[in-house]
Amino acid sequence: MGKFSFWPESASSFAWEVDALYIFIGLVCLVFGLGVFLTVVGFAIKYKRKSDDEIPEQIEGNLPLEIFWSVVPLGIVLAMFAWGAVLFFKMSTPPAEALNFSVVGKQWMWKVQHPEGKREINELHIPIGQPIKLTITAEDVLHSFYIPAFRTKIDAVPGRYTTSWFEPTKAGEYHIFCAEYCGLDHSRMIGKVVVMEPTQYTQWLKNGNVAVASVAGNEPPEAVGARLFEEQRCVTCHQTNGTLGPMLAGVFGHEVKLQSGETIMADETYVRESIMNPTAKIVAGFQPLMPTYQGQLSEDQLIQLIAYIKSLSQTGIQTQAEHRAENEG
Amino acid sequence: MAAVEVHDTPELQEPERRTYLNAGHTLSSWLLTVDHKRIGIMYLIAVTSFFLVGALFAALVRLELTTPAGDLLSADLYNKAFTMHGVVMVFFVLIPSVPATLGNFLIPIMIGARDVAFPRLNLFSWYLFMAGGLFALSAAVTGGVDTGWTFYTPYSSTYANGSVLLAGMGAFVAGFSSILTGLNFIVTIHTMRAPGMHWFRLPLFIWAHYATALIQVLGTPVIAITLLLMMLERGLHIGIFDPTLGGDPVLFQHLFWFYSHPAVYIMILPAMGVISEMIACFSRRRIFGYSFVAFSSLAIAIIGFFVWGHHLYVSSQSVYVGLVFSFITFLVAIPSAIKTFNWAATMYKGSISYDSPMIFVLGFMGLFLIGGLTGLFLAAVGLDVHLHDTYFVVAHFHYIMVGGAIMGFLGGLHFWWPKMTGRMYPELPAKIAAWLVFAGFNLTFFPQFLAGYIGMPRRYHEYPPEFQIFNVMSSGGAVVLGIGYLMPMIYLIWSIFYGKKASANPWTGKGLEWTIPSPPPTENFERTPIVMEEAYEYSHLEVKKVG
Repeated sequence: MGKFSFWPESASSFAWEVDALYIFIGLVCLVFGLGVFLTVVGFAIKYKRKSDDEIPEQIEGNLPLEIFWSVVPLGIVLAMFAWGAVLFFKMSTPPAEALNFSVVGKQWMWKVQHPEGKREINELHIPIGQPIKLTITAEDVLHSFYIPAFRTKIDAVPGRYTTSWFEPTKAGEYHIFCAEYCGLDHSRMIGKVVVMEPTQYTQWLKNGNVAVASVAGNEPPEAVGARLFEEQRCVTCHQTNGTLGPMLAGVFGHEVKLQSGETIMADETYVRESIMNPTAKIVAGFQPLMPTYQGQLSEDQLIQLIAYIKSLSQTGIQTQAEHRAENEG
Repeated sequence: MAAVEVHDTPELQEPERRTYLNAGHTLSSWLLTVDHKRIGIMYLIAVTSFFLVGALFAALVRLELTTPAGDLLSADLYNKAFTMHGVVMVFFVLIPSVPATLGNFLIPIMIGARDVAFPRLNLFSWYLFMAGGLFALSAAVTGGVDTGWTFYTPYSSTYANGSVLLAGMGAFVAGFSSILTGLNFIVTIHTMRAPGMHWFRLPLFIWAHYATALIQVLGTPVIAITLLLMMLERGLHIGIFDPTLGGDPVLFQHLFWFYSHPAVYIMILPAMGVISEMIACFSRRRIFGYSFVAFSSLAIAIIGFFVWGHHLYVSSQSVYVGLVFSFITFLVAIPSAIKTFNWAATMYKGSISYDSPMIFVLGFMGLFLIGGLTGLFLAAVGLDVHLHDTYFVVAHFHYIMVGGAIMGFLGGLHFWWPKMTGRMYPELPAKIAAWLVFAGFNLTFFPQFLAGYIGMPRRYHEYPPEFQIFNVMSSGGAVVLGIGYLMPMIYLIWSIFYGKKASANPWTGKGLEWTIPSPPPTENFERTPIVMEEAYEYSHLEVKKVG
């Protein structure tokens, strides 16, 4: 931040890749644009009308020329497409080892929670060299989580989860902007991301910003989720014998068979929908008994519940993996 | 072009020749007219008035942005100013600019008809347009709207205060005007062509308007329904777009851009038609690759319907959907490139004169080139993640929608002004205005590409200080641009009273409009013309006129 420049700061592993594509398209456009510009200027000078009754030679057109100047640009733009597509695919596929942060946008602030449970508002502290995955939603209207120095942006959409990921590469403080217009104080819905050395980050996690520590408990989200699971009486149907509602261990991240015969991936969005609108996609073999929790859970609580349900299936997988390891051993 | 006897324009001999202008002098002779030419003039007055309103809001926005702090306007007023700027400029200036004014005036004449197919419907369209405009303006004076011209839900349908319903109604009603105008043009072009005016003898202005009319008829009903649903959700809380009511906010974006992306082509295609006419006339050349230019208009209209998802790359749309839309978006670049090359080739070995409309043509080509090429950055999906919703996008669409469309509109207005009014405007101020618009436009909007790449988001009332230099340049450029836009308003109006009388064909142009007197009589043609020549037959100049 501070002084102006003509180039944004580059602080993530994507930054140079996005810049490279920008420069490539920029150069193509420059060559092409200058070419057309100089041609037009050249013609404009060379073929200036000399007398009022001048009649120039008439040329109908030229088919090979038409084909040439259609096919060559087509080839060039397809190369741009391919490059952009590969990059986008990479930007949309977080690595498995990424740390999962949750972000909730609301008019007009960003609420962040670290995987360890630490919470922040309008700030995001992260360590260098660690892939970070953000799971994002909004409490009210659309927002968009934008970090120019990382070249990443993803909309925060009420009612669903979006994800974004990046790997910070350079220590420093960078802007967080809300990029989707969200009402009165849209331009004040800004914050900063603080990229730190891993040791400093561990230190920070321990001591933290005293000011935001009081926002709420700094427990891991799945721990709070486990408590909510009790308090909201989810346990009644989902943790007894599994006749009223499906057992949830090992469900997250796997395909679920629905009553309609379709299968669906049990991801954040599906679990969220099942809590807010339980009758939308009923699991095969169960009755539509569950009441809606619409209006009873905040976005934060939903994220905590989902984190808990996710942790149920991670322990499940772990156990299986351990099991296999034991067998092999 | 046609085998009609070209009357030597009776300039001094017969001062009381009846024209469409002196056919009636009462207000009701205008307000109840079914003459397409008078309706075109009425649209011109209306669109120019809306342009002044839209420009006023733009001036407020640019003034506010000269400093990083939000010091001139409150955040609320700023948000309302950019919303009204967008609503007025998109729905009430850019979309009707060329088709409703020049299109209305010229389409029947260019195809050798006496009027459009449905003259009364044409008048009705004007009244719908005005009613829509009054709704929108009443939104501004009854508390304003702060949703942005995009009306994104659930902000517009649930959270926003202010006169969202009135503004929505404004766009909704004006939309019907656009649909009916498009319908009228399609039927007119199909059924009213003079004998011998077969499809491939049509001026490219007509092809461009035909393609535009298709988009208007096929696309506009979608935005009408979308805005209606948004208004119903706001008023009656039906759950279409708001997730707390069971709706889907991203659905709104899909429906909105299904129209609003093609709407960009509603703005730019007619301007391209204008450019084709002028470049042919001032180069005295048939347009190079006539059929390629004609079909590229249709290609743009058709492909343009399948690119809307490039507005939703980061909206939670699936990765694969994003890739498909990126691919199609790159395809739509090709017909635009074809047009540009063919225009340039038309100048090759031409006989080029630099009357002021031709300066607007060159300006258009420069601005459209930059606008079109910067679209490639945004089409590349991995790069757009960074650029989406920044000033890079603001700069890009202004280059196309304002740089391109308004440059074409102004050029066309100068080109056909002698035909419409019977008067010549002063040439020197017109040339100065054309250069000022070109220079001012680049000064205003080029810095915004730079601000966008370093990350300045759109619709920001306040911004971090490192963006200030670009905003100061932008606001400075806007002053030059403003002068460039104001000048034509002054000297064109001046010319109506004091301008030199125009001959029937001051530019030695081809095309039926130059075969009839300036200004035309109410019935356009005394006898239906019979067309014997191709379009742009500049191999001979049968009408030689000096002055």
